[in-house]
Amino acid sequence: MSKQRVIMIGGGLAGLAATMKIAEQGTPVLLVSFLPVKRSHSVCAQGGINGAVNIKGEGDSPDIHFYDTVKGGDFLGNQPLCKDMCYHAPFIIYLLDRLGVPFNRTVEGNLDFRRFGGTLHHRTAFSGATTGQQLLYALDEQVRKYEVEGLVEKQEWHEYLGAVLNDEGHCVGAVIQNLRTGEIRSERGDAVVLATGGPGVVYGRSTNSVVCTGTATMSAYLQGAKYGNGEFIQIHPSAIPGRDKLRLMSESARGEGGRVWVPRQAGDSRPARQIPENERFYFLEERYPLFGNLVPRDVGAREIYDICVNEGLGVHGDLKVYLDLTHLTREFLDRRLGGILEIYEKFTGVDPREEPMEIFPAVHYSMGGIWTDFERTAEGFINHLSPRNQMTSIPGLYAAGEADYQYHGANRLGANSLLSCIYTGLMMGPGVVNHLRNLPESAEDLPQSVFDQATRQWQERVSGIRKMAGNENPYALHAELANEMISNVLIVRENSKLISTLEAIEAIEQRWHNVSCVDTKDWTNPVPSFINQLWNMIQLSKVITKGALLRDEFRGAHYKPEFDLNQPSDFKPENYLEYEDMKANGGVKTGYFAPDHLSYMERFEANNKQWLKSTIATYQSNGSDSYYSSGGPEITYEPVDASLIAARPRKYD
Amino acid sequence: MPDTISFKIKRQDTPEGGPYWEEFVIPYQKNSNVISCLMDIQKNPVNAKGREVAPVVWESNCLEEVCGTCTMRVNGQVRQACSALIDRLEQPIIVEPMSKFPVVRDLIVDRTRMFDALKKLQAWVPVDGYYDLGPGERISPNHQQTAYKLSECMTCGCCVEACPQYAKDGDFLGPAAVSQARLFNMHPTGKNIADERIDVLTQKGGIASCGNAQNCVEVCPKGIPLTESIAEMGRQVSQHFWKTLFRAT
Repeated sequence: MSKQRVIMIGGGLAGLAATMKIAEQGTPVLLVSFLPVKRSHSVCAQGGINGAVNIKGEGDSPDIHFYDTVKGGDFLGNQPLCKDMCYHAPFIIYLLDRLGVPFNRTVEGNLDFRRFGGTLHHRTAFSGATTGQQLLYALDEQVRKYEVEGLVEKQEWHEYLGAVLNDEGHCVGAVIQNLRTGEIRSERGDAVVLATGGPGVVYGRSTNSVVCTGTATMSAYLQGAKYGNGEFIQIHPSAIPGRDKLRLMSESARGEGGRVWVPRQAGDSRPARQIPENERFYFLEERYPLFGNLVPRDVGAREIYDICVNEGLGVHGDLKVYLDLTHLTREFLDRRLGGILEIYEKFTGVDPREEPMEIFPAVHYSMGGIWTDFERTAEGFINHLSPRNQMTSIPGLYAAGEADYQYHGANRLGANSLLSCIYTGLMMGPGVVNHLRNLPESAEDLPQSVFDQATRQWQERVSGIRKMAGNENPYALHAELANEMISNVLIVRENSKLISTLEAIEAIEQRWHNVSCVDTKDWTNPVPSFINQLWNMIQLSKVITKGALLRDEFRGAHYKPEFDLNQPSDFKPENYLEYEDMKANGGVKTGYFAPDHLSYMERFEANNKQWLKSTIATYQSNGSDSYYSSGGPEITYEPVDASLIAARPRKYD
Repeated sequence: MPDTISFKIKRQDTPEGGPYWEEFVIPYQKNSNVISCLMDIQKNPVNAKGREVAPVVWESNCLEEVCGTCTMRVNGQVRQACSALIDRLEQPIIVEPMSKFPVVRDLIVDRTRMFDALKKLQAWVPVDGYYDLGPGERISPNHQQTAYKLSECMTCGCCVEACPQYAKDGDFLGPAAVSQARLFNMHPTGKNIADERIDVLTQKGGIASCGNAQNCVEVCPKGIPLTESIAEMGRQVSQHFWKTLFRAT
């Protein structure tokens, strides 16, 4: 067979981890990225990476990490993957340590760990408060070594437009565009991996970077790939308000002792430091005595929303609360949180070591993404040799990192994203190489016509976009789309608003046909590319909104007050396991559970029966021949592998 | 508070084309920075003369000074444009591409040379493989703090833009790369190929190209002690020189 290779789209943590693992096995990789890979969005991850190394002697273990992850995700994650990931986490941290990541150290010189949300253990390894940057650099350096050795070829300043499919619908390459020359070409590849990150830019301002439009995943969806759990968008409790971006204020600020509060008196106009202790409402600590400021993100964001919107206690009447670090010493803060405190100071002009920060919730992460497969073992781990791992519903097309859907369920725990990105990248490597070995023929041996046709198709689409001369500015239209999404598909979701949002998205989709390609130059022109991305963001908005509309329940980050099961405040989750046990063994004894508990558990059981399923969006064209035709998602549901930890009600207080 | 924000932007359509200046005046909005203003221009690409023009082209990504993408000259000072807050800038705000790299278009330059320097210096930790070989060596907190500071380098280009010795067509590796050599030479495993890095720094474009102007350390957005790194690598280069000299005789 002719020489085979893998095409990696995206050079963030997942893409680089997969690249180095595949290259390590001697398989060449073509690495395609918008920007030099060192500038990928992974640099924005701040707080750390989880792994139950148990350095603090707290009895932490991969099993507890696994449980926290599944519970944090409200049981919507596929459990064998979560389990395998958590069991590999300590190894991954050690590997990163060997690769030179300057993790913070204990006095004895061991890796130091800190607290993060959704767990009671010190499980998060960190490198100051720029852990993502440090991890990305370590992987970037390894990939550069392979580049020098000739096993990795980089095509930076290139954009992925679509997959090249053969007659059987298998992926045999990628159509990419040189963002400087504008040239569109097809590259042959025996597997294509989309490690293209998340879609925060759909919401306009978020904690995401400029390139995070989700466009590559939507291209796959438009080509027939299934998209999973689109409606599960994580809102991070703490971000810094901004005009162009809502800069993240890491959960590690709370992990290191930061306290969230608002003045008890609505509209209190005094400066924060003049408000005495007894007039401060530490609402997370009061409402969640066990987890306190470190409740999972879905809970934290909802509580901040509640305190500001329903209770009217937001700082200065806005959707803002204080995040207070001023009780900690400067030396401690600089050593462990320096990077994020500098960001806050730089962009607000206020020193967070002296004044409480003003923060508010912001769109941060997509739990959903392209549907991907896995092969489990009987013990509930993953068979790392299987070519099915991380493969999308298009054979030969893979997805990894935030672009996939199946690790974080309905809500991701903090510091699990760096882990899942690196884990998927490393884990999938052997399977992808096996996929290449199993192929009957190499992409290199296919007739040129297959690739020419794909190139021509995209050349026609892009030249069509370049001729668009309507009266809508594409950037302004994007702002309108973002405004719809941020107004109605955020923390609290209501069906009536979701219906009107879907209509609004469709109206924006119609107006898309009337945009103007405001730059007509041939050289380094980002506008045609953005217009195509905008189309894809419109499609993703439909997937998110329709998924949210149809899922009539409250799970993780998807909160519909109308369908809240209203857990009794004195309910204990282990009662539910007892209830299930009784049901399986002759029935629930009359009078054993308090009536309100019993009725809650019955509601919970019925709800899970209907909704403990992954949402699958499949693109349905409206029959038109045009690529840019207003088809839409068909939503179906498929089972979650919840075979290892029984689903039960979540509780953090 | 002014009603408008005015810009004077140095533009260039192609790498070969000559540069030209274009002015823009946009409505004032609170909490603006140079990138948010460029985004405003994109939404309504009309210059100060009222003529519709192609939106200004630039590169940016993280918008929080951690990716190194949006380096430009703002009012003559090289910096990340995302953290260039409008309220602290004198107007008209003059925005230019960096001068030490080939211009691609408008404010985009090609910094490939900086990444090539990292290749030459083997700026990585050589390891046996990505399988389970247990933890790395223990490292003291002080050592970690030093390494972390150096490891924050974003390859943004501020230091080389400010360096009088870094010529557009020259061969100096630049302060950022020299500092990376220090980082990897101090790592317990990275130092296994320390001599190879030192060899590169001994050659043309290496440590001897530094003229000690100390501009680099002034402009580094991450406050990396670049001059300290250069001094340290200078020491390593001369130690290596004496070592090899005595070995040869």
